[in-house]
Amino acid sequence: MSDAKLDRRKVVQALLDQRGDLLVVAGLGSSAWDCTAAGDHPLTFPLWGAMGLACVMGLGLALAQPRRRVLVVTGDGEMLMGLGSLATIAAQRPGNLAIVVLDNERYGETGMQPTHTAYGTDLAAVALACGFAEAKLIRSDAQVAAVRSGIHRGKGPLFYQVKVKRDAAPLVLPPRDGAYLKQRFREALIGKTAAAE
Amino acid sequence: MQRKISKTPAGAAAADWPGQIYRVLKSHRVGQVSYVPDAGHKRLIELCHADRGMKVVPLTTEEEGIGLAAGAWLGGERAALLMQSSGVGNCMNALTLSANCGFPLLMVVTMRGEWGEFNPWQIPMGQATPEALRLGGVHTLRLERTEDALETTVAAAKLAFEGYGAAAVLIAQRLIGTKSFGEKP
Repeated sequence: MSDAKLDRRKVVQALLDQRGDLLVVAGLGSSAWDCTAAGDHPLTFPLWGAMGLACVMGLGLALAQPRRRVLVVTGDGEMLMGLGSLATIAAQRPGNLAIVVLDNERYGETGMQPTHTAYGTDLAAVALACGFAEAKLIRSDAQVAAVRSGIHRGKGPLFYQVKVKRDAAPLVLPPRDGAYLKQRFREALIGKTAAAE
Repeated sequence: MQRKISKTPAGAAAADWPGQIYRVLKSHRVGQVSYVPDAGHKRLIELCHADRGMKVVPLTTEEEGIGLAAGAWLGGERAALLMQSSGVGNCMNALTLSANCGFPLLMVVTMRGEWGEFNPWQIPMGQATPEALRLGGVHTLRLERTEDALETTVAAAKLAFEGYGAAAVLIAQRLIGTKSFGEKP
């Protein structure tokens, strides 16, 4: 049984508060709703599908924008579908990429079925074994402050598995139009010329 | 495992079709090249790795390259994805990124399971590849002759980066040469 104390909404709120020029990719489901609850932002790309690809999307972005900090916020189910991407990321050693997995040990959008982390899969250990510069299990508010510091200043690739409570938070949905989400992100990052590419 | 390269009557430039594809990636400002390797892509992968201006990303499975390309485009960079046809099936759900969001996607796919294939396990996915890509919303262009490598890849790059969609070059197994595990052709 999970003895998690952390509230996912409060964790994400703390991580995205005064985010500066942070670029964010949010994995599908609750993680995307958490990021939206912290404030819909043009430089957050919330996924509504493509399960398993949030982290590699963060990698492509981090490689394209080496001077910007990139954060992927996703869930344990989404992460489990793309475990191989941790090896792909570690091989590139992107210093500006951090991954935060909000681990409630459940598939939250489909009926709260247990994920593999409920049976003991240690995602942080997987990331470390793949070659991440740092991979930590986070259980307390005090540790969340260190995650925030890592996201903004740490030498990546960084991985934080944050154990969170299973409570369902109210739905706070981001825009659903993928073309719009893509275009507003590019315009906010690159400027008006993005549409002329 | 050696792949036998069939002799072509075409000139040396055309025979270097991987070099032609590489030149198109350069002229179309592709900054990230990801791949799951295939023997048919050996030279192109080497050319990309030798280029300090390209970020080359080996993948554990092909669909990662579709997520990577979307992230690259968000960040203002173009990406290409190299694979063999057996990897196309792995990509299906990921194709929503191009079909739904309009992320450009340039795929270069070496075909297995068609011309003289000796491994029956390669045949189902190889035969299903063009139709699978079509169902996923990918525009496919078939490359049959080495001398068409440049033009065909340019056409696909335009469809991807100027058409804001997914395009794949399918390189015929006959062009690459049939894998034979050391048997004399």
